[in-house]
Amino acid sequence: MCTKRERPEGLKGVIAAVPIMVGYLPIAIAFGVIAQQTGIPLMPTLLMSMLVYAGASQLMAANMLAAGAGGLEVVLATFVLNFRHFVMGLSLMNLLQRFPLRWKIGLSSGITDETFAMTSLRIRTGEKLTPRFTAGLMLGAWSTWVVGSFLGYSLSQVIPPTISESMSIALYAMFIGLLVPAVREEWRAGGVALASMGLCWGFSQMMASGWAIILATVCGGLLGAFWMKEEVE
Amino acid sequence: MTVFWIVIGMSLATMVPRWLSAWVVGRLRLPAWVRRWLNSIPFAALGALVFPGILSVEPKEPAVGLIGGIVAAILAGFRLPILFIIMGAILTVMGMKTWL
Repeated sequence: MCTKRERPEGLKGVIAAVPIMVGYLPIAIAFGVIAQQTGIPLMPTLLMSMLVYAGASQLMAANMLAAGAGGLEVVLATFVLNFRHFVMGLSLMNLLQRFPLRWKIGLSSGITDETFAMTSLRIRTGEKLTPRFTAGLMLGAWSTWVVGSFLGYSLSQVIPPTISESMSIALYAMFIGLLVPAVREEWRAGGVALASMGLCWGFSQMMASGWAIILATVCGGLLGAFWMKEEVE
Repeated sequence: MTVFWIVIGMSLATMVPRWLSAWVVGRLRLPAWVRRWLNSIPFAALGALVFPGILSVEPKEPAVGLIGGIVAAILAGFRLPILFIIMGAILTVMGMKTWL
């Protein structure tokens, strides 16, 4: 039974999302700036952040629209670039197996590279996540993304581009910050990550980076299926 | 209006796969090796997301992203909180960009 003094689970989730928010804010601002400069009106820009909720795709869409690409091309590229979330969703929903289906469907809408990595690594290190905690984490990340896009759009005349450009390392730094502690726990995880880095580099010579990431994730994970130790339930 | 429909199309393209994942997993009892596969995917995904994408942080000089990443890995090795890791990497990249 929960005690009165304890923080609500949802709030704990939002607090756990703070590193993601810090990583998202500059990228969301950068997207808002680019959308405004591309001439996309404010409403579609915000709708895109709310309903598409995928950083790389949105930046790419803005670029493609600026270059005069057609709608179908943009939608297809979005699909390719984000199909990895299907694979990540399979993995995360497998860990959240005991959540009710309606929670799983709702939470799956919030899957991004970052929320996926954060939640699944927490579970892998032995934490028991509740649906409310997970929802707090995902909503925290999502609202930062939307608010950041709005800020970027409104402040686009004021922000010097050099500042937002240096921020693109933020998400990579976060991925590394998530990966390194996991590797300390289980060195085989590092082997899987290194192998899929090599695979992704190889694949990206042959195909678009969205496909390369999907293929490298699937193949690297397959390697782990035979190499990683049995899951302790 | 056109941009609006493109946004709706993009939304379906990103949301339907996410929902499908939740629906598919609940429906099937997965064999042990598939579960081990899915459980390895976070590590594989992190690897693939970081490299070679990190090289494009500064498209003209791939070393900038690489060094930023190495700094992040060293800071993470010292068990620093993730916020410090992010700040350290951003400052490193900003520093290198001003010196370039």
